[in-house]
Amino acid sequence: MLVNEAWLREWVNPAVDTDTLVKQLTMAGLEVDGVEPAAPVFSGVVVGQVESCEPHPDADKLRVCQVSNGSQTAQVVCGASNVRPGLKIPFAQVGAKLPGDFKIKKAKLRGVESNGMLCGASELGLEDLIDGLMELPDDAPVGTDFREYLQLDDAVIEVDLTPNRADCLSVRGIARELGVMNQCPLTEVAISQVTPAIDDTLTITLADSDACPRYLGRVIKGVNVKADTPLWMVERLRRAGLRTIDPIVDVTNYVLLELGQPLHAFDLAKISGGITVRKAKADETLVTLDEQTLTLRDDTLVIADDSAALAVAGVMGGKPSAVTDQTQDIFLECAFFAPLAIAGKARSYGLHTDSSHRFERGVDPQLQQDAIERATALILEIAGGQPGPVCEAVEDAKLPQQAEIALRAERIEGLLGMALPAEQVEDILGRLGMAITPAASGDAWTVLAPSWRFDMAIEPDLIEELARIYGYEKLPSRVPAGSPSGDTVGENVVAVRRLADTLIDRGYLEAITYTFVEPGLLKQVEPRVEPLPLLNPISADLGVMRTTLLAGLFSTARHNLNRQADRLRLFETGLRFMPQAQGELEQTPMIAGLVYGSAQPQNWEGKRAADFFDLKGDVEALLSLSDASAFSFTAGEHPALHPGQTAALSRGGEVVGYLGRIHPRLAADLDLPANLYAFELALAPLQQGILPHFAGVSDQPRMRRDLAFVVDAGVPAGDLVAAVRDTCDERLTDVRIFDIYQGDSIGENRKSLALGLTFQDRSRTLKDQEVNDLVEAVVSQVKQQFNATLRD
Amino acid sequence: MENLNALVDAALAEVEQAGDIRVLDDVRVKYLGKKGEISALMKGLGKLSAEERPKAGAVINEGKQKVQDAITARKTLLEEAALAEQLASETVDVTLPGRGEMPGNLHPVNRMRRRIEDFFLRLGFDISEGPEVEDDFHNFEALNIPSHHPARAMHDTFYFGDGRLLRTHTSPVQVRVMEQGKPPFRIIAPGRVYRCDSDLTHTPMFHQVEGLLVDKDITFADLRGTVAEFLRFIFEVEDLPVRFRPSYFPFTEPSAEVDVGCVSCSGEGCRVCSHTGWLEIMGCGMVHPKVLEHGGVDASEYSGFAFGMGIERITMLRYGVNDLRLFFENDTRFLSQFS
Repeated sequence: MLVNEAWLREWVNPAVDTDTLVKQLTMAGLEVDGVEPAAPVFSGVVVGQVESCEPHPDADKLRVCQVSNGSQTAQVVCGASNVRPGLKIPFAQVGAKLPGDFKIKKAKLRGVESNGMLCGASELGLEDLIDGLMELPDDAPVGTDFREYLQLDDAVIEVDLTPNRADCLSVRGIARELGVMNQCPLTEVAISQVTPAIDDTLTITLADSDACPRYLGRVIKGVNVKADTPLWMVERLRRAGLRTIDPIVDVTNYVLLELGQPLHAFDLAKISGGITVRKAKADETLVTLDEQTLTLRDDTLVIADDSAALAVAGVMGGKPSAVTDQTQDIFLECAFFAPLAIAGKARSYGLHTDSSHRFERGVDPQLQQDAIERATALILEIAGGQPGPVCEAVEDAKLPQQAEIALRAERIEGLLGMALPAEQVEDILGRLGMAITPAASGDAWTVLAPSWRFDMAIEPDLIEELARIYGYEKLPSRVPAGSPSGDTVGENVVAVRRLADTLIDRGYLEAITYTFVEPGLLKQVEPRVEPLPLLNPISADLGVMRTTLLAGLFSTARHNLNRQADRLRLFETGLRFMPQAQGELEQTPMIAGLVYGSAQPQNWEGKRAADFFDLKGDVEALLSLSDASAFSFTAGEHPALHPGQTAALSRGGEVVGYLGRIHPRLAADLDLPANLYAFELALAPLQQGILPHFAGVSDQPRMRRDLAFVVDAGVPAGDLVAAVRDTCDERLTDVRIFDIYQGDSIGENRKSLALGLTFQDRSRTLKDQEVNDLVEAVVSQVKQQFNATLRD
Repeated sequence: MENLNALVDAALAEVEQAGDIRVLDDVRVKYLGKKGEISALMKGLGKLSAEERPKAGAVINEGKQKVQDAITARKTLLEEAALAEQLASETVDVTLPGRGEMPGNLHPVNRMRRRIEDFFLRLGFDISEGPEVEDDFHNFEALNIPSHHPARAMHDTFYFGDGRLLRTHTSPVQVRVMEQGKPPFRIIAPGRVYRCDSDLTHTPMFHQVEGLLVDKDITFADLRGTVAEFLRFIFEVEDLPVRFRPSYFPFTEPSAEVDVGCVSCSGEGCRVCSHTGWLEIMGCGMVHPKVLEHGGVDASEYSGFAFGMGIERITMLRYGVNDLRLFFENDTRFLSQFS
């Protein structure tokens, strides 16, 4: 909200400068976002009066004017069409500096001397209301400095109010706060009841008194809508960011800014019958002031006459019943709408108005009488007219009641960490307009909040007020004592940090990609799952929740490859979102990685491109942190991955992830290189480690036997190793594949796998014969199982 | 004895000429070995009288020692030369780069997240997490933000149309933690959050850390102390000005916004702090009784504080990142600068 300082100081004028005032507001919870001058810097401009105008001898459009500054008369050549004798205008004299560092000097215009300039509003950084010169009222004192005349040395303060402080959405509201802080009295604007001059009224029916418990209206006949809104009001509206429209609208806006009460004026001639405040009928339409045709829903409160909806209650008036330059008689509305009835309605129709902003947050339910009297008086003053009596429809029981809250000294201390003396409690709350009844015990109170502090509901609300006015900065501060909370993380649990660090130490950079991704991309990467779509995505390319982290990593790879990256190692941890039957959703923490380019950073030995086994090595490193032996790799299938270079990773018989080379078709579709490798694994199985258990150190000698088996090329090495292990007992302590060979000498479609077997007994030296027996058993088992032969 | 002198001289000359250890050893065998020429002289001692024998023996031993010393000296010399040659041949260009992988690094946001976690772990807080696709109850209702509350307008929420939504803050974890346990609670909940907003200073996804401490006798003073310590730790400025301003969150009462003295200009006023000298850094407050109630905590027995902050903002301030959007482009030229 924009509030101008000069206006504020009319209400309350503490002896503090602007900076202090702004800081006070911020520290009271009314955060000041900025302070701007009411007008740009200029000088040497006074209220002038045109005494005479003569045609310029050499130019049709120029006039030669004699202009008074109150003490002297100067000749000024002026081209404005509205210049005329008697007109009062801002007069920039010789020596004046206008905004933009424009200096006014003596000049000759087409041979005629000109001493100064007559100004239009925009030339002074103000708003142009008309073409040509700014016309000042007849009572403007000639010779007065123009800045002084319009109080232009004023600051416009932008206050960013939290939604609970709707009471501060007015000059009065902010003035109250300043008054409380500075212990300064408020100068309330004088509001008295306007005596009706006519009897005209409209009947008012509250068809939904929950939504609208109070509605005041008044007929004013014979208003002059063409009257000029006084300059001081135009200026105040301008400084609050509002344009002048006509005197009726200007007054309603002015009262809204001054008191915080939205009002609306209808053209009386356009209202048929009486006023009913009711819910809209389904599909009822209304053309709003800003000329949108709304199709209303039946949850929307409207102001209607006997035939149609005239306005969306508390949001915006309708075009057909609006005040126009033809309007003679008006019906002025001043109502209280329940916040719940208004909340969200404006937004649901794509609207947001000063009125809806206030009603949604709350308006003082006791303000309507004052506001309508204030607006009436101002309308009569500016536009004349004959006022009728105020007609009021009200259901008192449904108006918000002032909250009565019990406050205990012990709770103040319990919440703030310090006790406040009773006198201070009573003083602060009293200044805030609260009625306080101390309990006999002296350590509790019953507090009645003023009608405008409808945000007060519970004891902590009052305690916050005490803290706020006492000053948050003066409250004590301590680091809480106490013990760590009960949950402990098992030592066997592998932290996600540890997993991330392992990848980092193996050269990976961590990425964080959006969890919503482009639906087309996701369909290419994981076509088997229908992802969860967002109802209101920020854009179509962030439309669905990812079912795999690979989509984001592939996009990231493309982004970097397009920027000349020649080697990538990226990983990400985060949730994937898998829709399940019956609308359930699994949100599973995953870790995914991507490898592209040379196996190691390029060096002077030449480079080798990373392949599946570099990726697998990284995955195995992750598994080794928990319990590598619990996992198994088998040939697997994943739509994003190469069918011949994909492994499924399992733990306890359950697939927990995939790793492999990108499918060449997907690589082509995504414009990615084909030698890109990726993995995606569920985090939870990788976090289940085991507590170390010392098994003793054996000093018995180890015996190693190397065996080369020739098997069909399709036999998985992992199966062969597993068979070897299964055949032996715990005396076999290690099996290692140390060579793989394929070639003519061993036959087509055959391969040789060289295994190194290490044997050791814990307690004694193995005899050669024992080892030979084990080796023999191994040879015979793999011969039978894999048709393996021993290579010579 | 003339013979001895001649032999010693000859031996010394051959020692001097020996070009390697092997030749030198041959010289030793030739003169000093069991059958060596000088050793042989000892055998001649038997011919001498008992008086002459020790004297002559001493003379021979003296000659032997002379030769032995020369051999030892020569050996050392030759060994050193051989070593020097070996060393010279094994010399590498140490300025060539080392082989192997260099470590990568965390994303800067997660780097800061760890730093934040580390502080609170030290204070005995646990780390909790919650779902990112949340329900309306935990994201709003339970936090005292009913459906018509204007605060909802401040949360530009992503919806799925079935009551579920993307959490707009990490605060729902507060409620989930309270629902699932018994007080006292000391947790922080870092994670991704979402708002339907995208411009220079907003990304539709970002990170927050929520903190919650519920125990007996927890007051606003505890909140102030904890937050101030935390901010001084994060920015490593011991006398960092920390300012609490009244503010409003539906789920805390009293509520505060926390500012720190601008870390970029030390409070002088600069572009980073919009010339105010202060940086808004987090929101916090005493847990609203209704939230405690929704979490099944007896508000008459327990009180607590909660806070929430955006990790990106602190990351930007701490590491001088000047464009929020860089965080999610994942350009390796950006990411690799946070090792």
